Amino acid sequence: MAKNKTDKNWMPRWFYQLASPRWCYDITGKLLPAFGVLALVLLLGGTVWALLFAPADYQQGNSFRIIYIHVPSAILAQSCYIMMAIAGAIGLIWKMKVADMVAKSCAPLGASLALLALATGAIWGKPTWGSWWVWDARLTSMLILLFLYLGVMALHSAIENDTTAAQSTAVLSLVGLVNIPIIKYSVEWWNTLHQPATFKLTEKPAMPPEMWLPLLVMVVGFYCFFAVSLMLRLRNEILRRERRSSWVQALAESR
Amino acid sequence: MNPKRKRRLTIVLAILVSVSVAVGLALFALKQNINLFYSPTQIVAGEAPEGARIRAGGMVVEGSVIRDTESLLVRFELTDFAQTVPVEYTGILPDLFREGQGIVAQGAVDERGVFTAVEVLAKHDENYMPPEVAEALKAAGTLPTPEPEVFNK
Repeated sequence: MAKNKTDKNWMPRWFYQLASPRWCYDITGKLLPAFGVLALVLLLGGTVWALLFAPADYQQGNSFRIIYIHVPSAILAQSCYIMMAIAGAIGLIWKMKVADMVAKSCAPLGASLALLALATGAIWGKPTWGSWWVWDARLTSMLILLFLYLGVMALHSAIENDTTAAQSTAVLSLVGLVNIPIIKYSVEWWNTLHQPATFKLTEKPAMPPEMWLPLLVMVVGFYCFFAVSLMLRLRNEILRRERRSSWVQALAESR
Repeated sequence: MNPKRKRRLTIVLAILVSVSVAVGLALFALKQNINLFYSPTQIVAGEAPEGARIRAGGMVVEGSVIRDTESLLVRFELTDFAQTVPVEYTGILPDLFREGQGIVAQGAVDERGVFTAVEVLAKHDENYMPPEVAEALKAAGTLPTPEPEVFNK
């Protein structure tokens, strides 16, 4: 018993509360409207700012504006993968059902974002580089990310039992985690057609503020939109997996 | 943490470490194959296979572009600021192609040492700026230019 007690204190209280599907369902229900409004305002404002007010680029003209979709979706596709792997690891180690559900909900969202990043990149690549697709390290590693997401989704749907499926996909996502630093540093480690990062932590961005401020708004907007979509999926998943529990049944009856 | 969780945590960390080491070694071994292109330095040094289809990447030398008046033939020089390779290309160049621009060309080095390209792609750098700023920087001579390392990794 004493051992169990110290175990409880090892992590903050809210972390253990999140482990309760019911509590998680309630808290996401409260957070949803705020993130929804924030996502709507940021994405609308960011899009208008990016398309109408940001200056055109000296070489690419207006076609550079696709980065306002391309960069946020690429960043988020990677963040989403990291989140999926961490949630999977928590599910593996602490046997936390909610973590498994988070990991499962991440996969289709991440796949759509990776696909969006690849598609916008190809559309931009044709007029700028002269080619839709090149097998350079950045593009290929990003394609592998998409396949990892699809693999996780396929594996999850191939296994009937929810717990086993969560364990197997968690291991697959952890193995695939090695791809994330490869995507990030591909443009620094190898000769690629894709340009190096415009934003570096240690240096001034290679872009004036009137161009990167709307980009920042779009990135934050994408994160909020991702939070909304993830919470919606997670709530669905909670209801599905907990459908036999009394609180879900009560909830269904009260509607 | 109870021993069971500790053991599972160890397994998860072991997966991460072993996969990173394995992939890291594989990528290190494949380093040359993952590079999209050879730099002019490598081509001049004979590192690139002669006659085989390869890609060459570098900057178009200022003032080196000569267009044939009769056909679509273009001659220019490709540099990484250490070595220079002459390039010949017949076809339509991408919009971003210009002197002082980074490009990646696909083709082969012939016996004259000329790189005959079948495809030319523009390589964009990470700098974005409005046209007015670019003009001001150009007038001041401080327009950012890529460094040799960009083409030699």
